[in-house]
Amino acid sequence: MKREDKTMSKFRLITDGLVKNNPTFVLLLGMCPTLATTTSAINGMSMGLATLFVLVLSNMAISALAPVVPDKVHIPVYIVVIATFVTLLQLLMQAFTPAMYETLGLFIPLIVVNCIVLGRAEAFANKHGVLESACDGLGVGLGFTCSLTVLGLVREILGSGSAFGWNFIGGHDGMLAFVMAPGAFLCLGYLMVLFNKLFKK
Amino acid sequence: MAVKSNLTNMVLVLGLTCLFCSAVLGGAYVLTKEPIAAAAAEKTNKAIAQVLPHFTDVEYNEEGRYYKATDGEAVVGYAIESTTVGFGGPLSLIVGVTPDGVVYNTSVLSHAETPGLGAKCTSDNKFMDQWRGFNPSVKKLSVTKDGGDVDAITASTITSRAYTLAVDNALKAFSVISGNSSVISSEVEKSNEEGGQDNE
Repeated sequence: MKREDKTMSKFRLITDGLVKNNPTFVLLLGMCPTLATTTSAINGMSMGLATLFVLVLSNMAISALAPVVPDKVHIPVYIVVIATFVTLLQLLMQAFTPAMYETLGLFIPLIVVNCIVLGRAEAFANKHGVLESACDGLGVGLGFTCSLTVLGLVREILGSGSAFGWNFIGGHDGMLAFVMAPGAFLCLGYLMVLFNKLFKK
Repeated sequence: MAVKSNLTNMVLVLGLTCLFCSAVLGGAYVLTKEPIAAAAAEKTNKAIAQVLPHFTDVEYNEEGRYYKATDGEAVVGYAIESTTVGFGGPLSLIVGVTPDGVVYNTSVLSHAETPGLGAKCTSDNKFMDQWRGFNPSVKKLSVTKDGGDVDAITASTITSRAYTLAVDNALKAFSVISGNSSVISSEVEKSNEEGGQDNE
């Protein structure tokens, strides 16, 4: 059990999740919620924040549990832990943000099988301490949130002529294609190009 | 993480994890039960207030899935729940009908329509406003494409038809509730099944 990169600072962990390990534009993980929920900036951001919540908590719980979990059952244990946090989130959203819960609907329970969450548990949380895992979850979660917000914003501007719900073309229709699935793929593709151009040498 | 697996520790760890998690969720369920019910009730009340004129008292009829609103002695109207199948799944409306058989207003309770297309049934003012004071004895309750007087949402004929059908069903329910059989409406159902070149 080797701890890699002992010198890696907490801050570095967070920025890594935002840029170098950006789940959407670099790792291409969690494409299902990314494409499906980013019909507007607000929706994208809420989905990102919901995932962030689960990611931070599950990363912490799993890094704490990892030393006692037998190898052969580690995936079931992780899934149970993740599912618990997701269900918790679902109940809380239903109780306190019912409108948002309705919009995101099906995609909240689907966080359980979001590969980002299990991916971070496998790749990071079970090898690192609780605090580091929390930072990693925060970083990757923020990366996911930012990407989804940007993607949602672009699609909202092109597709419905508004930004964060504020309409600037006076009630006319935008280019509807961008609100639908094809537009999601197009926007994602171009944003990915842009992101890699800006941040990769 | 390199704990060697054997039957005892596998069963123990997985069992304990599940037990603990279910306990946490059980607790969370109990704690959030009330706020969730309150949120749902508030939503329904808001919807009723939106589709009916001012009322002081409301009474729910479980069997008929409608709300009877009264102001003092007088019946102000009925808010009737009505569900049909839209483009993406069930489309649930609440339809407010005044005692003279005229639609006061309608509101969407839940839907699964495509954002930017069918989902406009909750935001398109032109579409929503035409239901205000819709009198089925004067206007024909089906979309213009089917020869009626309901202007469909652009590129969302199926959603508009489903919406129209839901209003129609609500009006039928109303005529049963109030015993007012003069409210007979159109052939939305039939036209709903016919094909044709349709967008959503």
